[in-house]
This record gives sequence, C-alpha cells and structure tokens, in this order.
Amino acid sequence: MPEPLLACHDVAYTYRRGTPMAAEALRGVTLGVAAGELLGLIGPTGSGKSTLIQHFNGLLRPSRGRVVVAGQDLWAPRADRRAARRLVGLLFQFAESQLFEETVRRDVGYGPRALGLEADEVEARVDEALRQVGLDPARFGGRSPFALSGGEMRRVALAGVLAMRPQVLVLDEPTAGLDPRARAELLDHIRALHARGLTVVLVTHNMDEVALLARRVVVLHAGQVAADGAPRAVFAREDDLRAWGLGLPQAAALVRRLRSRGVRVGDALTFAEARRAILAAAREAPRGDR
Amino acid sequence: MGDALIEVRDLTYVYHPDTPQAVRALDGLSCSIRAGEFVGVVGGNGSGKSTFARHLNALLLPTAGEVRVGGLDTRDRAVTWEVRRRVGMVFQNPDNQLVAAVVEEDVAFGPENLGLPPAEIRRRVDEALEAVGLAELRRRAPHQLSGGQKQRVAIAGVLAMRPACIVLDEATTMLDPQGRAEVLATVEALNRRDGITVVLISHAMDDLVAADRVLALDAGRLVADGPPAEVFERVDATPGGRLDAPPVVRLARELRQAGLRLPPGLLTVEALADAIADALGGGAAHA
Repeated sequence: MPEPLLACHDVAYTYRRGTPMAAEALRGVTLGVAAGELLGLIGPTGSGKSTLIQHFNGLLRPSRGRVVVAGQDLWAPRADRRAARRLVGLLFQFAESQLFEETVRRDVGYGPRALGLEADEVEARVDEALRQVGLDPARFGGRSPFALSGGEMRRVALAGVLAMRPQVLVLDEPTAGLDPRARAELLDHIRALHARGLTVVLVTHNMDEVALLARRVVVLHAGQVAADGAPRAVFAREDDLRAWGLGLPQAAALVRRLRSRGVRVGDALTFAEARRAILAAAREAPRGDR
Repeated sequence: MGDALIEVRDLTYVYHPDTPQAVRALDGLSCSIRAGEFVGVVGGNGSGKSTFARHLNALLLPTAGEVRVGGLDTRDRAVTWEVRRRVGMVFQNPDNQLVAAVVEEDVAFGPENLGLPPAEIRRRVDEALEAVGLAELRRRAPHQLSGGQKQRVAIAGVLAMRPACIVLDEATTMLDPQGRAEVLATVEALNRRDGITVVLISHAMDDLVAADRVLALDAGRLVADGPPAEVFERVDATPGGRLDAPPVVRLARELRQAGLRLPPGLLTVEALADAIADALGGGAAHA
C-alpha cells in the first residue's frame, strides 16, 4: 500500500464541545485514501460524512487525532494549511447556490485570482476547468451563471473547484437534485476526471452511483467506519446495510430476489451487469419456452 | 373518485415578463386533480414542475390561464390564505422548513397563527404527529432529527392545518434511502388511510410508482398523463427526451427485446424479479 495522499488517524470531532449541547459527530475515524483512488463514502444522514470531509482540507480541526495530506499533518505547529488545502478540492452539496459572479468565466476564475495568479494563467485555468466539465468556454464563459440549467450551474461550481488544480476531489452529493440526464452527464465527467489521474472521494446517498463508479466503498455509521472494502464485498452485507439505514444498489436487490425465487443468476451491482447475468441465466434455464 | 379539487386551465407562467430574460416556464398547461387522488408529477430540471407546484397554493399566480382550488380562484387575493390552508406545501430542503426549537412547537406554528384555542391546537398537533409516526419525538429539537424525520415534521406542520391536499416539491431529493422510504410511506399512508389528496413532485420516477396517476412535464407542457406504468413505458419509448424511464423499466424493455416474455407494467425491482423468475420457469427450484 503506497503512502496515502490523504489520511485520517483516529479523528474525533465534537460539535459545541464543552456545552450541554455537545454532539460527538466523529468517534475515531481512521481512513487512508491513496493517489488515484475513486472512493465512495456512504452513510445515513447524521453519520458524520459531511463533518469528516470538512476535515480533509482543514475546514474543521479535529477534537482528537490527525489529518495528513500529502505527508503534511494539517494541524502540526507551522503546518502550511493553505498549501494542503489547495490539494484537496471540496464541492459542497448544492454548490451552485454559492455562485455569485456576473459571468461563468469570472466565477470559475475567482479562486485562481484569489491565489494571486497572473491573468493569463487564470484564463488558462478557467478554460481548462470549463472544458473538463463539458462546458465550452467560448459559449458559456460570458453567460450569467444564473441563466444556466441546474446541471450546468452544478458543473460551473465544479469547474471553480477544478480551477484550483486539486489532487483530491471531494464531492458531497454531487448529483442531488439533478434530473436523470444531468446526473448521467455529471457522472461521466467525474469518471473522466478520475481517468485523468484525479483522486476522487464521492459522498452520496445513491447506492446505484456508488456501484457504478467506486472501486472502494467506505461506510460511515454513527461517526465511525463501519465497513471499508470493494463494492462487491460491502454490498454483500445486506443485513448490516439495512441496519445502518442504507440499502443495496437496485441491481443487487434484483439479483437477490431472483435467487430467493430459485433463479440461478450471477452477481451484479449495476443494471448492465444484471442484464448480462439474467440473459446468461435465461440461456441456461432448464426449459426452452421462454 | 371524488370531484375535482384542483382545476388548472391553460396555465401559462412567465418569469421576468417583458424583459430580455423572460422565460416561459409553463405553457398552456391544463389538468385536474380529484379529491383523494395520489398524483405524481415528473419532469427534468427546467420542465416547469416546481413552477406548477407553486401555483397550486398561490405562491405563484398565473401569467395567463387559471388555477382553482375547491372552486376558489387563486388570483383572488381575498382567498389566498384559505387556498394555502387547503393546499399545504413541503419543500426540498429539510433544514429550511422548521422554525421552532422543539418539534411540537413547530407543528403548532400554523394552528397558532390561525388563532385557534389552545385545546384545539393541542389536539391537532397530537393528531398530526401521530399521523406521521413521530409522536414519541414531540419534545426533541429539530436538529436532533434525521432528514427523513425533519421532512415528516414538515408534513405534520401541514397536516395540523387540516388541508385537503399536500404538495411535496422534491421533498425526497435531499434524503438518504431510509429517509426517502420513510417520507414516501408516510405520504402513501396519508393518502390511502386518511384520504388526503397528494401531489408528489419528483424527477425520480422511482418515487412515483405508488401514485394513481403520473403527469409528465417537459418544457412547461403536459406530455403524458396516465397510470405510472403507462407513462414510464411511454417515456422509455421516446429516446432523446429530457426524461429517462426508471432503470427497472429500461431493463425490462431490454430483456423483452432479448426475447424474455415479461408482462407490461413492471415498475419495481420486486415485480421485475418475480416476472423474470416466472419467465424462466422458476429456474433450478422447479427443474
């Protein structure tokens, strides 16, 4: 296992610490994310997912434990938190609500300008970031972000994160509220960003998306890592997932039900896999009257 | 089926009218919703479904055409509050809707504003929390609740107004799978058990399989209106549209095309699995 790009060691976090309203959101999370991974982070509402990812780039300081990004302990004395923060780009839930500039170009360039980069460099980064999310800079750059569709606005917000050239992209419910078409487009862009070498942490409620994209799944429950492994292994634990307030990807639920009805069918986590498995089962079915 | 509770006739709505940014969000839409129906409304981003929802309780007023709720014309300012009492709305974000520090106070907020006597408020709050299955959490603070529980509190707040109809505008979008299932089960029970008219707006067709009827919107127009199975299969047969059929419907079509004999109208994982098992003759178990 190579040195993780991002690591949490026994991270605990308590909101309103020292008051009667104290709430322990994280209870000792240890987790490493290696360069190039595409990790799905799942857990019910209140499991600590959003709290955890705000530790990844130093927005929250752990009550206990360490967060290490590219070898740098974020909260060590004299740590360069700003540099570490730039390595980890965070796309918040409903990030389009934070767009504010008059044009798409200015909005995406906001972060790079704040870094004090030269104007040429800012423009180059904006062009690149917009293309990475499938928005033609010539067509969209001059438009108001508020005149775009929901899916386009979400992608502008993502471009704003990419323009900071992070090494790790953390996406908090990136497809929430998008229609199926916009959702599929965004997932395609995420897949392409990962293929180009970006490390991706995908936080989602949608088990089908995890099954489709992630190579590794981490389940957070009650502020702790409840499961960590390959999608196939994690989604085999149906009873545990239900107990944690999660479910199976629909294709996995379909296969499970088929088996309970006596159909011999191979494993599937996605609908494409389910189709292949069912057609294979149909070819081997004992009777030819299908 | 009862009489028309909501009548929508030639409804057109234009955002920023008479400016260069004018957007025609609804374009001559007509439909009627009967008392006691469970109606799903589906459409992509920008299809006009939220704009439509906001017309049902006079949050928006038609640019042209009309909306009547129990015969009341929503454009008549004198009846605005009565329209809003009859048609309650639950919105997308569970964190933006609760206003009080304690669950039962939040539910009491509407009835208190009606100036009802305390005993009546008490009764309504208790009944509403009972109806959404949250009676035990009445003394909790909203921030101690899950997303699904928060949405159920929001539903209880609407119920305490004794509405004829509840409109849920993408109310499941921000929830985890369990929260979504909780809200959908709650809404279904209110409709089936208590006879409350439900209009459930979602871009996830999966949310709408229990509806009596689904309206599909595209570019501000009604493009389909019928039982869920019919609407989903029609959408699935229309490639290139902004709407996508649920994956279960699509898989069923692909399996049929590959030669499996599957009946129409398969909307859920369970129904599809059972139909496949039947088509394969029960597989090994029956061999």
